[in-house]
Amino acid sequence: MKSNELEVLTGKDFSSDQDVRWCPGCGDYTILKQVQNVMPELGIPKENIVFVAGIGCSSRFPYYMNTYGMHTIHGRAPAIASGLKISRPDLSVWMITGDGDSLSIGGNHLIHVLRRNVDINILLFNNEIYGLTKGQYSPTSKEGTKTKSTPYGSLDHPFNPLSLALGADSGFVARAMDRDPKHLNTVLHRAASHKGTSFVEIYQNCIVFNDGAFDLYTDKVSRPESALYLEQGQPLIFGADSSKGVRLDGMRPEIVDLNNGYSAEDLWIHDEHDHMKAYILSRFFAVGNEDGFPRPFGVLFEQNRPPYEELVREQMAYALKKNGAPDLEALLSGDETWVVG
Amino acid sequence: MSVKEASKKTATIRFAGDSGDGMQLTGSQFTNTTALAGNDLSTLPDFPAEIRAPAGTVAGVSGFQIHFGSKPIHAPGDMCDVLVVMNAAALKANIKHLKSGGVIIANVDGFGKKDLNLAKYGPEADPLGEVSTQGYTVVPVDVTKMTRESLAESGLTFKEIDRSKNMFVLGIVYWLYSRSLEPTINFLRTKFAKNPQVAEANVKALEDGYTFGAATQIFTERYSVGPAKIEPGRYRNITGNEAAVIGLTAAAKMSGIPMFLGSYPITPASDILHGLARMKHFNIITYQAEDEIAAITSAIGAAFGGSLGVTSSSGPGIALKTEAIALATIYELPLVIINVQRAGPSTGMPTKTEQADLLQAVYGRAGECPVVVVAPKSPADCFDSIYEACKIATEFMIPVMFLSDGYIANGAEPWKYPTPDQLAPINVAYAKPRSNDDEAFKPYTRNENLVRPWAIPGTKGLEHRIGGIEKEHETGNISYDPDNHHFMVQMRENKRNKVAEMLPLIEMEEGETSGDVLVVGWGSTFGSIKEAVSELVEEGHSVSQIHIRHLAPFPKNLGEVLRSFKTVLIPEINSGQLIKLIRDQYFVDAIGYNKVRGVPFAVEELKATIKGYLSTNGVQS
Repeated sequence: MKSNELEVLTGKDFSSDQDVRWCPGCGDYTILKQVQNVMPELGIPKENIVFVAGIGCSSRFPYYMNTYGMHTIHGRAPAIASGLKISRPDLSVWMITGDGDSLSIGGNHLIHVLRRNVDINILLFNNEIYGLTKGQYSPTSKEGTKTKSTPYGSLDHPFNPLSLALGADSGFVARAMDRDPKHLNTVLHRAASHKGTSFVEIYQNCIVFNDGAFDLYTDKVSRPESALYLEQGQPLIFGADSSKGVRLDGMRPEIVDLNNGYSAEDLWIHDEHDHMKAYILSRFFAVGNEDGFPRPFGVLFEQNRPPYEELVREQMAYALKKNGAPDLEALLSGDETWVVG
Repeated sequence: MSVKEASKKTATIRFAGDSGDGMQLTGSQFTNTTALAGNDLSTLPDFPAEIRAPAGTVAGVSGFQIHFGSKPIHAPGDMCDVLVVMNAAALKANIKHLKSGGVIIANVDGFGKKDLNLAKYGPEADPLGEVSTQGYTVVPVDVTKMTRESLAESGLTFKEIDRSKNMFVLGIVYWLYSRSLEPTINFLRTKFAKNPQVAEANVKALEDGYTFGAATQIFTERYSVGPAKIEPGRYRNITGNEAAVIGLTAAAKMSGIPMFLGSYPITPASDILHGLARMKHFNIITYQAEDEIAAITSAIGAAFGGSLGVTSSSGPGIALKTEAIALATIYELPLVIINVQRAGPSTGMPTKTEQADLLQAVYGRAGECPVVVVAPKSPADCFDSIYEACKIATEFMIPVMFLSDGYIANGAEPWKYPTPDQLAPINVAYAKPRSNDDEAFKPYTRNENLVRPWAIPGTKGLEHRIGGIEKEHETGNISYDPDNHHFMVQMRENKRNKVAEMLPLIEMEEGETSGDVLVVGWGSTFGSIKEAVSELVEEGHSVSQIHIRHLAPFPKNLGEVLRSFKTVLIPEINSGQLIKLIRDQYFVDAIGYNKVRGVPFAVEELKATIKGYLSTNGVQS
């Protein structure tokens, strides 16, 4: 094999020799499997891929990938991954995090990496609970959630992760779920190909501490009525017999019946590049879809702006042009010197 | 009346005025001219705590002190001979720094009713008259009026003209100390190259100030301070933070690897971020992170990728970084952590100096977490110390704490700067790629110095995972094995201590290798201790000085040196931190001298303290 040819790899080549230690039935397994499946399809040499994670169940992820990896400290993965990617733009950097890791202790770093637009693929495994610390409520837990630390129910109002990401000017915002691996696979591909920070929220079932939190969307029976799969340029249609659509009345969305006076032409056509509409979609967020709006999955928003690390390189090139080749001798002496003796 | 010409061995001048009066610029110009005249010198800027305190108030006073001489100078001077005050508040804030019988050059225009009121003198007060009755010599000059007259033809507005007042005063002081105007004239013409009208106005104010000093017979004496016997070589003037920036840049260049500074603004460390941000053409990335934690963790991420990671802060910021320092320690990645110490705890006194973060540097982390600690002794020494910190960090794959402080960060001294070929090589080698036939890569194998390989992403066959979880010896896999943990804790400690093998041994800074009293210092107290001890040695006392740059690990011969003296005295600007380390590691019954006032030690107080422990004068306290 010539050295510049890419070795043909399979998902198995991306599986490390470490035993995977998640609870049996954990949603993390299917996500790991899909990520391992996607990796060889990206055309990136294995040694140029780095997985960076914080702390939490999901953050054990890098140990199971046969790539370079960093298991870091709680909440700081966005900052560590930023330093790595900015200093090594040649690497494909993936960040694995959870709802506690990146929305609670690491909330600050998350919004800043999104606004800077460092080219990192962020996969946020949202299970609406703290798993590794054995079952406290998280910043995405619904109000009233009863846990060990909230025996009378949680008083906290939860984050809407996608609205948060859009508010921080994230250039790529998407949602997927562990129990639809095929769809997850396509979203991972989209995230990988996006230049700039990609933010993917993945609904992930915690079988021990929060089992069934996303059943409404993952259960094959309820899914068609409750989940809305987005496709660029396509009308927003859902429902068991594809009979429901979302229409925009000005900026106000409404559900319409396609069997009763409305056709696909009347519907909201999904446009990933429309920030306003992406925000409206992110607000389809009522607990149990009580407002009637389905929960959107897929790519809500994509916008291309220069990744941070490219701007850094441009500025370094400018500095080199402006100052000329680095001259250590001149730097040491400075402008004003004198001789003694 | 003719003016007497007097030759002086040393002199100390303090410039003080409102924040808007340009006293820092005036002081730094006097410093450059003094350095070019061949004097040895040391300076101390005294910034107001507030960014823009109300003009004319005591809180808004900014000062700059310079001590210079024809003999070696190591400290900025306890008290000044000449105090320049631009207003009443400056006099009020600084009269305590003037030697008895000293000279006050006062801008009388800054002593009007309004100024007296702002400075909180009583309405009928006459502070200048009052101090002249206390034995001080007051030289009143209406600087505002004189400058306006001087620049009447300049075409500038009064507001613009008044900005040249400091140059008029500087001209007077240049005349008083027989200095050349040349360096400052050159500076002004360069600084205001785009605005020749302003440049020439400043030059004229400076020249007229000088002429005013000569012509008006306001002084009865004029001084000259001859060149000092300084080691031959090429010199420049440098502050500690500037020297740190140049040292980091030199390390980046000499190591041949990229440097990544992650930083978050904090007084008094921000100038390192500012300075390094201008060095992008040296393959240096500076990253102003969202907080102190992101600052250090971004540097750790870059270090994993093969950059020399650096983070700069001050005590409160270092506190936020501690968990990440521990991560870098267990990762065993190169990282330089800069702490420009300030007075604490908490926000404390950000613009004032202190040495109270030593124990934080050595011990202040969860778990057994050994790092290397290096402390510079003077502004120029910041270059050598930080260069060495970078060398240790990369060659030993370990975090190194660089413990500077506000005093040397902002203070300046002449620096006999090196040429690149005089710098020690920094030997960095990334681990080599492996083929599929090689056995699996083990990221935590070690060389003879116990150092693991630096295996960076992008290298074929070295794919590996590192984490904050305890790792198995050699493989780096997660391990909860009790014996392995004990082994790895010791391994990290032993590796840190191995650094001592490459460190120079402690040498006497002053005095004999044994005797009555050994004064032991670290960090920025060097100058004051050196000046005090050298004077006592000259006076014939049995006193010696050592200065410890390497605080973890200590130099190998430190214990032996300490035990060669009857008394070991450790002055520190904290409540006694080095003394705890010394007592703990060497069982030496050292005595502390501790003052935590936010300011450097005065030479005279140190001399008096040391004398208390000398048998030669029979006094034992």
